[in-house]
Amino acid sequence: MYTEKVMEHFRNPRNMGEIPDADGVGTVGNPVCGDLMTIYIKVKDNKIADIKFKTFGCGAAIATSSMITELAKGKTLEEALKITRGNVAESLGGLPPIKMHCSNLAADGLHAAIEDYLKKREAEK
Amino acid sequence: MRRVYMDHTAGMPVDECVLEAMMPYFTQNYGNPSSIHSFGNEARRAIDEARSKVAELIGAEKKEEIVFTSGGTEGNNLAIKGVAYRNKDKGNHIITSSIEHMSVINTCKHLSKQGFKVTYLPVDKYGIVDIEALKKEITDNTILVSVMYANGEIGTIEPVREIGEIAHSKGAFFHVDAVAAAGQIPIDSQDENIDLLSLSSNDMYGPRGVGALYRKAGTRILPIIHGGGQERGLRSGTENLPGIVGMGNAAEIAKAEMKTEAERLSKLRDEFIKGILDSIPESYLNGHPTMRLPNNVNVRFSYIEGESLILSLDMEGVACSSGSACTSKTLEPSHALLAIGLAHEEAHGSLLFTLGKQNTEEDIKYVLGLLPNIVKRLRAISPLTPKELVN
Repeated sequence: MYTEKVMEHFRNPRNMGEIPDADGVGTVGNPVCGDLMTIYIKVKDNKIADIKFKTFGCGAAIATSSMITELAKGKTLEEALKITRGNVAESLGGLPPIKMHCSNLAADGLHAAIEDYLKKREAEK
Repeated sequence: MRRVYMDHTAGMPVDECVLEAMMPYFTQNYGNPSSIHSFGNEARRAIDEARSKVAELIGAEKKEEIVFTSGGTEGNNLAIKGVAYRNKDKGNHIITSSIEHMSVINTCKHLSKQGFKVTYLPVDKYGIVDIEALKKEITDNTILVSVMYANGEIGTIEPVREIGEIAHSKGAFFHVDAVAAAGQIPIDSQDENIDLLSLSSNDMYGPRGVGALYRKAGTRILPIIHGGGQERGLRSGTENLPGIVGMGNAAEIAKAEMKTEAERLSKLRDEFIKGILDSIPESYLNGHPTMRLPNNVNVRFSYIEGESLILSLDMEGVACSSGSACTSKTLEPSHALLAIGLAHEEAHGSLLFTLGKQNTEEDIKYVLGLLPNIVKRLRAISPLTPKELVN
């Protein structure tokens, strides 16, 4: 059902965990629907210096969370905001059609974390 | 790697003896039972013999009360649509339960678009059908009550005898979907007030693509498949000869082995359930603790999701199912789990093991050795898990 790449990320998720003093936190999804993820970012010089995730959900939800952390790490905020759901699925060698909508939330989670960071910075000014 | 199959509700292996009994009917005895010649006679005799064996498994009075079908889904369709269409003049009300198989629920939904009124009875937290609700809802307009013998997903066994009695008190026919129960626990159709009963061959180690409907003499139904008038006009189409022979053989073996196998599986089941609940915090049993199919273990774990549990077990060679939305085609969690009162997020965390003949105590120990760590790992990934459970 899943590609080797999805299973590999499910087996060995990258950057799993929390960042207690994160600069931005984004939570998307809903446990009622079966998928919930939180993305934590640390920003330095307008770049994503560190990123971690925690996810409740199916194999695709965990693998996409892991993949987004790899795609976003080291990128500028502008570059990171351009990462789409499609990019995540593509990097994993594709997802089953039924999973494309419900479990492919990681890009939304990353964007929510960046927006949280930008909002906080705006508030500090 | 060790491979452990615990998904028998999804599909069963065909018993070796059954397969052996079927083989001559592909290449040697291939006659059509409707033919007059000796080839036809041989085929007819084989089908009659299979009919008797199926009749004996479920306590039918006569073998002629067995109609062979293509499986459980067709049996349920034939029973429900068959009664509805044939008894329209008597009434238009059908009563069923909220935990039936989709082949019952969706057939009823189809009929409700054609002028029939359907009542879905609630169940208690264990999945037992609400008898008081049945007594309240049944009227002289009710033509059919359809309740399953046991639920294949949560394992709960229903009080069918009592339900049948209530159905008959208002002159309604009583249909029982016995796909999950047949071959595992004793069924006595006559004694249990059953007019129609659906069976599937593969759910008792027979081949796929064959099943049967018991129709007690005098139960008025119309066919749903029309053609050459086979199966006393109730199921047209040339008989699936090897399949029917296989199902008859499977029924015979199931009847002979039932007592010892049910005892063996019940013991493994209880050991498995206890092992899970004892070793994993915030794990719970779904379904009834004692009124339960011998092969059924359905549990749930807080804070994690079933599909990731299945994938994790699959990586260790263990095959099972879940009621999670993520494993269904509709992206809805199991209706049976919701009917027993679970919240969506609780249903997502469910795991279903259905044991079978080849499962041993070593298999149970193997899975019990893996499961706590798998649950722990997924809980560490989940943002919902309370801190004290992670460490």
